[in-house]
Amino acid sequence: METKRIVFVGVGGQGNLLASRLLGEACLAAGIPAVVSEIHGMAQRGGIVESAVVMGASSPIVSEGEADVLIGFEPSETLRALNKCNKNTVVITNIHPLPPFTVAIGQGVYPDIGKGLDLIRDNVRSLIALDGDELAAKAGNPLSLNMVMLGALVGSKVIPLDEDTLKETISKTTKQAFLDSNLKAFDSGVAASRIG
Amino acid sequence: MHKLLIDSPDEEMLLLGNDAIARGAIEAGIAVATCYPGTPSSEIPDNFFAMFREGGFYFEYSTNEKVALEVAAGAAISGIRSMCTMKHVGMNVASDTLMTLAYLGVNAGMVIINADDPLMFSSQNEQDNRYYARLSGLPMMEPINAQEMKDMTVAAFDLSEQLKLPVVLRTTTRLNHMRGVVKFGQIRQIKSKGFFKKDPFHYVALPAVSRNLHKVLLEKYDQALELSENSEYNQIIGNGKWGIVTNGVSMDYVQDAVNDLGIGDKVTILRLGFSYPMPENMIVKFLTNVEKVLVVEELEPVMENDIRSIAQAKEIVVPIKGKEKGLFSRLYEFDPGMVRGTIASYFGVPDTSPKPVDVTGIPDLPGRPPNLCAGCPHRAMYYAIKQVYGPDAVHPSDIGCYTLGILPPLKMADIVICMGASIGTSCGISKATDQKVVSFIGDSTFFHAGIPALINAVHNNHKFTLVILDNGTTAMTGNQPHPGVDTTPMGVDTTQISIESLVRGCGVEHVQVVNPMQVKKGIEAAQASKDFDGISVIISKELCPLYARSIKKAKKVRPFYVNQDKCKQHLDCINLLACPAMYIDDGKTMINEVLCIGCTVCAQVCPENAILPLKK
Repeated sequence: METKRIVFVGVGGQGNLLASRLLGEACLAAGIPAVVSEIHGMAQRGGIVESAVVMGASSPIVSEGEADVLIGFEPSETLRALNKCNKNTVVITNIHPLPPFTVAIGQGVYPDIGKGLDLIRDNVRSLIALDGDELAAKAGNPLSLNMVMLGALVGSKVIPLDEDTLKETISKTTKQAFLDSNLKAFDSGVAASRIG
Repeated sequence: MHKLLIDSPDEEMLLLGNDAIARGAIEAGIAVATCYPGTPSSEIPDNFFAMFREGGFYFEYSTNEKVALEVAAGAAISGIRSMCTMKHVGMNVASDTLMTLAYLGVNAGMVIINADDPLMFSSQNEQDNRYYARLSGLPMMEPINAQEMKDMTVAAFDLSEQLKLPVVLRTTTRLNHMRGVVKFGQIRQIKSKGFFKKDPFHYVALPAVSRNLHKVLLEKYDQALELSENSEYNQIIGNGKWGIVTNGVSMDYVQDAVNDLGIGDKVTILRLGFSYPMPENMIVKFLTNVEKVLVVEELEPVMENDIRSIAQAKEIVVPIKGKEKGLFSRLYEFDPGMVRGTIASYFGVPDTSPKPVDVTGIPDLPGRPPNLCAGCPHRAMYYAIKQVYGPDAVHPSDIGCYTLGILPPLKMADIVICMGASIGTSCGISKATDQKVVSFIGDSTFFHAGIPALINAVHNNHKFTLVILDNGTTAMTGNQPHPGVDTTPMGVDTTQISIESLVRGCGVEHVQVVNPMQVKKGIEAAQASKDFDGISVIISKELCPLYARSIKKAKKVRPFYVNQDKCKQHLDCINLLACPAMYIDDGKTMINEVLCIGCTVCAQVCPENAILPLKK
C-alpha cells in the first residue's frame, strides 16, 4: 500500500496519544499495516507531546518534511511542527490557543494565530482550521477534542479509513458515559473538515 | 482478565512495545518479576503489577536496580524463571551484581530488560549499554518491532536456560514506546516453586571459586557464539554488492529507506538481532560478498568496531564505514529521513526525500518546557527555601519531577548527576566552599540511593540541609509505589517504611516534617534548618496531586480566582511560583480554573490577599 505518515502534536493533557492509538487500532481492524509512536515520561508534564501513525512502512517515526498529514491540537504547536510538512502535506489544526506559562512570565510572546494560519496555508497542500475546543464543548465533553481532531482527519479523506471503522473503534474503547459525546465530537470534526 | 493474560494463541492486538515484552514474559511462564521503574522501561513492570495476582506469578517494585537484579538472580539460581527490568542508567546501579552473576550463571531462564534512551527523552545521559554485554560476557538480543519484542522475550528465556546465563534484551525508547500489531503465542505453564541446591564452590564467589567460574563463562561464550551463528534473529537479506549492517529500530529505517530508494536488488542487509556474541562466520560470509559496507547503528560504533576487527583478523579488505563526518553521528537517535539520506549519499544514488517547507517565516515561538503541575507540593517547598536562603544557596538536586525546579523563576537545581547524588555532592560542595547548601531528593530516590550518602553526611560531620520531597509516590515514572508507600489501596500487602524513622536511624538529629502547602510552616522549617549548625533534614510531606486523584484521596477541588479590585500587580504569584494555572491576559493576572486545583499556595503568597476561592 501507499505509505501514509500522520503526525499528531499537542500539549500534555489534550489526549493526542489516545487519538494516535485509536487510529492505530482502527488500522488493525481494517487490516492496514500500521505502527504508532509515542513519547512518555518527562516529555509530558505540560510539555509538548508528539505521536505518529505510519501506515504501510516499518519506521514508527516521521522525519522532517515527511508528514502526509499534520494534526495540531494547539495552533502554536502546529506552527512549531511545520518542519514535518512538505508542499503536499494536509494540515489539520485546532485554532484554540493554550499559551505556555513561559508567556505569563514574560519569556516569550504568543504568536498571532491568523498570520500563522496564513503562513501554513501558503506552504502546504491544504489547511483545515477549526475551533476544536468549541466543537468538543458543544458535543458535551470538553475533553473530546481528540475525537474532533480524529473526525477531521477522517473527513479530510487523506487516509484510507472510513468513518464507520473509526466509530466502531471509538465505541469499543470508550466508557459508556462518554460514548455519546465522543461520537458527537467525532461527527462534528468530520463536518468541520468538509467545510474547511 | 488482563488483556495480556488472554490464553488464545493467534489473537492479534495493537500493543505498546513494553506491553509486548510483558506478554512475552507471560508466554514464557515467568515466575518472578522485579524492577526499579525507569522511563522508557516503566510500562513493563506496570503491566506486571496490574496482573501478577491474576497471572499467578510474583512481582515486586524493588528499592533499586541492584536489589531488583539480585532478587531475580536468587529466583533463577533456585530454578524458576525470572525477569528484571530497568532503564539503561539502572544498569550502572545493578552492574556490580551483573558482573559476577555472569560468573555464577543461573539454573532457570533469566532475562534482563535494558532500555536505552538515545536522545535522552527522559534520562541524564545516552550511554550505549551494548557495552555491558561485552563487559559482562552476557548474551544480548535486540528486537526491531513490537512483534519481536514479544517473540524475542520468549526466545531469550530459552536461550538463557540453554546457556545457564542471564540474557540481556536491549531496547531503545522508540521501541519501548512504539505500538504495533502483535500476534500472541501459547502461554507456558509456570513453574513457581524452586529449590536452592547447595553448591558453595559454584555459588560463593571467592577468588579460588571465581578463577574457575571465569573459565566457565568463557566456555559459555563459545557456546553462545555457535547459537548466534544459527539464530533466526541474525540474517543476511538480499545479495547486492552494497552492504548494510544494522540492529534494533535502525533496521526499520533501513528497510524503509531501501524500499523508498528502490535499491532492494543492489543491497545486502546484515541484520543482527542476537547481537552479542557477534556471529563471526556470518559476518565473514557477508563481508566477502559485498564491495562496501555501511553500519547503521545508533550511539556508539559498537558493531562497526567489532566488524572491522573481524575483517582485519580474516584479512578481508573492504571499506567499512559508519560513524564519521558526513555519515552517522554518535549523538542522539536516528530518524528515517536521516538514514535514507545517508544510505543514498554513501552508495551514490539520488535521495528521493521530500523537501520540508520553508519555516523561516514562523515567528519565534514561546518555549513550552515540561513544568511542575499546578498544585505540585514541590513548588511550595521551593518557594519556602528560596524565601529563607535567597538566590545564592547552592542546590544539588536529584532524579525526579522535582528536577524541573531547574526552570526560572524557581531555579532550584544547580547540579544533578544521577540517583542519590544530591546528597554526596552536597557533602563535597559544603566542604569545599563557604556557600550554603540546600539539596533536594525525592522519596523514592532517597530509598533507591540516598541512604548510604546520608549516613556518610552524618558520620563525617557535613553541614548542609537536605530536603526530602516526599510526595508519597514515584511520580515521574507514573506513580509506582516505593517502600514509604502504603500499598493497601492497591490491594497489595507490603510493609510501609517511615522516612522519618529512617532519617533518624541514619543518625540525623535535626529532623523536621512539614506540609509544604502551609507556606508559613514551610518557611519556619527552612529558617530552623538555616539556623542549625550541622546536617538538617526537612521532610516535605504532601501527596502528589495526580497520584492523590488516582487513588481517590484528592481533596475536593475548589479553584481560585484573582479579585481584580484587590490585585495590585505585585506579580509575586507569577514571578515566584510560576504555576501553570496562572497567566496574564490584557495586563491582568488570571487563574485558569480548569487547571487550578485549589492548593491555596498562591493565595498564601499574595501580599494583598487578592486570590480567593471561586464561589460555587
